[in-house]
Amino acid sequence: MIRWESVTVAYNGSLRLGPFDLHAADGEWVGLIGPNGAGKSTMLKAAVGLVEHAGTVRVRDGNRRPGLDFAWMPQRPAMPEHMTVAEYVMLGRSPHIGYLSSESERDRAVVSDALERLDLTRFAHRTLATLSGGEAQRAVLARAVAQEAPVLLLDEPTASLDLGHAVEVLEVVEDLRRESGLTVVTAIHDLTLAARFCDRLVLLSGGTVAAQGGSGEVLTEEVLRPHYGASVTVVHGPDGPAVLPRRIGT
Amino acid sequence: MSEPVAPVLPVRRRGPLAVGAVVLLAAVLLGLTLGPAGLDPSKVLRSMVGLSGGLDATGQTILFEIRLPRVVLGALVGASLALAGAAYQGVFRNPLADPYLLGVAAGAGLGATLALAGGLPRIWIAPLAFVGGLAAVGVTYLLGRSVGGRTTTSLILAGVAVSAFATAAQTFLLQRRVEVLREVYSWILGRLTTVGWGEVVGVAPYALVAGAVVIGSGRLLDVLRLGDEEAASLGVRVDRVRLAVVAAATLATGAAVSVSGLIGFVGIIVPHTIRLVFGWSYRVIVPLSALFGAGFLVFADLMARTLISPAELPIGVVTAFLGAPFFVLVLRTMGRSP
Repeated sequence: MIRWESVTVAYNGSLRLGPFDLHAADGEWVGLIGPNGAGKSTMLKAAVGLVEHAGTVRVRDGNRRPGLDFAWMPQRPAMPEHMTVAEYVMLGRSPHIGYLSSESERDRAVVSDALERLDLTRFAHRTLATLSGGEAQRAVLARAVAQEAPVLLLDEPTASLDLGHAVEVLEVVEDLRRESGLTVVTAIHDLTLAARFCDRLVLLSGGTVAAQGGSGEVLTEEVLRPHYGASVTVVHGPDGPAVLPRRIGT
Repeated sequence: MSEPVAPVLPVRRRGPLAVGAVVLLAAVLLGLTLGPAGLDPSKVLRSMVGLSGGLDATGQTILFEIRLPRVVLGALVGASLALAGAAYQGVFRNPLADPYLLGVAAGAGLGATLALAGGLPRIWIAPLAFVGGLAAVGVTYLLGRSVGGRTTTSLILAGVAVSAFATAAQTFLLQRRVEVLREVYSWILGRLTTVGWGEVVGVAPYALVAGAVVIGSGRLLDVLRLGDEEAASLGVRVDRVRLAVVAAATLATGAAVSVSGLIGFVGIIVPHTIRLVFGWSYRVIVPLSALFGAGFLVFADLMARTLISPAELPIGVVTAFLGAPFFVLVLRTMGRSP
């Protein structure tokens, strides 16, 4: 589980985001939604300790340990072009390897397993530059899996993917969550995808929680309109709500 | 289709390290045997390992008091510069970073110029160059932090400013004391003249400490290839690693520059050649840079003192003359950009 307690982030003293309070239980998948600048990425970064913040972030009711308690996947992960997939996934073991040590048999076994689970074994010795967008995203997830952290923080994992690959990646996350009981917190723009995969949606505005609950409660025209500006239509299909844009002035 | 059982292999280091050791050994043997007084290679070997049938007394003196200190100094300076280059490139994620990036060269140059223009005994050149180099990097570091917080770009730009300032001060001094111009210029071009073992003793501790710190940080330099934020999310204390590696590399560079002057090119060309040939892991690049840098500079020094014997070429000229075409050759044959 992971818990944000009154987390606020100040940029240059003026722009302030928060206070943000959120608790994601063991095995829960929480989707952070909200317009650009609402603070979704910032609150994920605050959890990892990458931005200075007030308030505390707790994992398993203890203080966080960088690298061990959560795996963070940024919006645009660095993909050093000459690095092989196996080398890249091995970087996920970094928190488990001492300063002067090198990777152990167990580290290699964990990486092999992560590659296997993300269906990347045949790409192990290919360089990152040769991967397609979907394969690259799976490599990043494999690195996160290799970290063996109980909490997965994903910042827009589907932003650069087409619909098919986006669903594929989120299905992989769902499998990982089920198999390993991971807690997943995802910043996600696509509200319809968010509704399909997340247990709970949290709508952010100015870094605070403006609304939260199941997709049926949060994805309504009344809740969304004040925050997104644009008019939206929410359609209820057999698999849950879908959010459609509406042209301004029509 | 059968999948390989173990797709994750340990980093392969032994083969490349063996190649590097052989290259260094060959360069050292050539450096010890060739020179104005030709020494028989087999006798040199016998003397080195203390067997009978070695060199006569004169030969022994040439070998142990002239050639060996110079070869060892060349190896230490070459190893320091190449290792520092690899370290800077890793820490700043900038392929053009070189050991002189943060103002070491300009600061050391100013220190040496101060010693010469101030009429101090020659023995003061090295210490003042060392102090000047480190002081310049210190100012760069403070300046970079004060303007840009944590970004590496601000540090590099601060290095540019400090270098420009130190070079301007040096030029001003030289304008006032034209008679030392030639001496300062020859120092800037670099040379490996030794008087016994003094210089070696001065450089060795820094080279060894830097080697230990930077080679020990090789795995973390690989994590840093992901950028500061992702590295931090993987538990790396980015600021600490950067400070430790930069401090170690700068100390070694400062010590090397103080005894050898400004030998260019080694810090850029050696790590990049290794990248192209042996791959992109800093766990391989860093130790191999030290070995190949050492071998390269011993070989370049051999050229410097034999090509127009009995006169000597400045070694900085040789490293560029040898290094540039060789690097282009490697770039073309490997068909990749660094």
